Amino acid sequence: MVEFSLILIKDDDMGMTITEKILAAHAGLKEVAPGQLVNCKVDIALANDITAPISIKEFRRIGAKKVFDKERVVLVPDHFAPNKDIESATQVKMLRDFSNEQGLTNFWDAGRMGVEHTLLPEQGIVGPGDLVIGADSHTCTYGALGAFASGVGSTDLAAAMITGEAWYRVPETMLFNLKGKLGKWVSGKDVILYIIGKIGVDGALYKAMEYTGDMVPTLSQDDRFTICNMAIEAGAKNGIFLPDDVTKGYVAGRFKREAKYYPSDADAKYCERFDINGGDIELQVAFPHLPSNTRPISKVGDVKVDQVVIGSCTNGRYSDLKVAAEIIKGKKVAKGVRLIVIPATPLIYRQAMKDGLLDIFMESEAVVSTPTCGPCLGGHMGILAEGERALTTTNRNFVGRMGHRKSEVYLAGPAVAAATAIVGKICSPEDVL
Amino acid sequence: MSKKILKGRAHIFGDNIDTDAIIPARYLNTSDPAELAKHVMEDADPDFAKKVVKGDIIVGKKNFGCGSSREHAPVAIRAAGVSCVIAKSYARIFYRNSFNMALPIFESAEAPDRIAAGDEVEVDMDSGVIRNLTKKEQYQAAPIPDFMQKLIEAGGLMESVKRRMGAE
Repeated sequence: MVEFSLILIKDDDMGMTITEKILAAHAGLKEVAPGQLVNCKVDIALANDITAPISIKEFRRIGAKKVFDKERVVLVPDHFAPNKDIESATQVKMLRDFSNEQGLTNFWDAGRMGVEHTLLPEQGIVGPGDLVIGADSHTCTYGALGAFASGVGSTDLAAAMITGEAWYRVPETMLFNLKGKLGKWVSGKDVILYIIGKIGVDGALYKAMEYTGDMVPTLSQDDRFTICNMAIEAGAKNGIFLPDDVTKGYVAGRFKREAKYYPSDADAKYCERFDINGGDIELQVAFPHLPSNTRPISKVGDVKVDQVVIGSCTNGRYSDLKVAAEIIKGKKVAKGVRLIVIPATPLIYRQAMKDGLLDIFMESEAVVSTPTCGPCLGGHMGILAEGERALTTTNRNFVGRMGHRKSEVYLAGPAVAAATAIVGKICSPEDVL
Repeated sequence: MSKKILKGRAHIFGDNIDTDAIIPARYLNTSDPAELAKHVMEDADPDFAKKVVKGDIIVGKKNFGCGSSREHAPVAIRAAGVSCVIAKSYARIFYRNSFNMALPIFESAEAPDRIAAGDEVEVDMDSGVIRNLTKKEQYQAAPIPDFMQKLIEAGGLMESVKRRMGAE
């Protein structure tokens, strides 16, 4: 690899953050400091059906023969799969052929496929202390387990697939002190939308977002995934929680490798600190066309919708479906509204089936889809026509994100989404219960 | 050393131009650069692909390239004939991808506020000097970080991987 010029700007015995510790450990160094460039060993290298084709082409172009580890290169065709058209089928076939040729043990084809950032933690492929590189911007989700995980493009991923290494600039860390308790229905989605609303879509550019505070032990693992998932929507390199008993409970029986639980040192350096009071966080809605364009539910006004989507790597987990089912139970989706529910993995789908959640959704006349990223990025399974408006539990509301460039996307958590589907305009669960 | 000068007409965009605006996901069922170029910047300016001519320069403001990790974004920009991007700041994955894709990008606090649509602009790749030939003004881009410079000199990330493969 290229030789790095190391910028050492730290004093001896200065404390490190969890992000710095994971990067140091994977770079074979005792310590690192923000600004330093490090070459790290990666534990997992991930790509999907949109990004892997370019990585595979690069792999072949330079004459590489073997991936660095056939168990640690993970390919998940989840974006335009089950294949939505011939071109998508061709891209997925590239992943399938490559996986067969390389003997990859972690190729998750249709039937086993789930939305990648929900599937990998669920299946114990990623865990605490890991360094994960992924050719998908929402790779940052795994920070919720106390891992360093960050998205890159296909070429960086191709290099990691071959060498098992990647270069990083050690980020500065912003510390978010989450205090108090969240109100009823308020979830991890509302916490992260509230934070992005405060700091903006480039508020954490190139930085790590670390979460601490007395609220953390009360946050479920799923809430933490949602919070870290949207770190990229603030421009961050990664989001991260310090692993605790909730983390340990989650990875027990799933994670097959040895988990490493890193704490941040008491004297670790943070570039900025924010106090976030749980009591201040109402249910949040991000208006078009930026995730930072947030309003509390009480200030949303009269916004009619044509479609509601509950799913994605942000909010397609079992707990999200459960909250939605609790609100929807016994009611019908409003006339003129399509509700699309997408369990993120086969396991979540089956659990929701067993527990009667899918019955509740279908009884309400919702569409229940097989796992896919689908409509989140305007791929398939719920595209918007010109002038249509959706409220969705996904992560981006950019122009044209879910379909026509003159359609609109509003972001919220599962509780607001379920209530909105019943009423037909954006509202709180309190309005329907 | 190369004395490469990039020259073209400026196309102006605002803050937070995301990768869905640069290349909408509905076109990502292919990674063919020529196909992607047909839809470049479509959701920010539907006529851009028709207007752009070889050498033209995209000028953005804050946080250019935010959103998804799709490398198709710098690929589409380059394949459309755009010679470089000038912006106040870049989202990190887009920044990294642009170097890997050999799309020259320049960071300047001043230039994006001064350059107007249609201005004839020249960029000296070595010095980072941006000349606005229409307004007869000059701006300085932030220097390319040492490490990125070395990566470029090595012929890009994959070339350095290739050399390392050969050495092993």
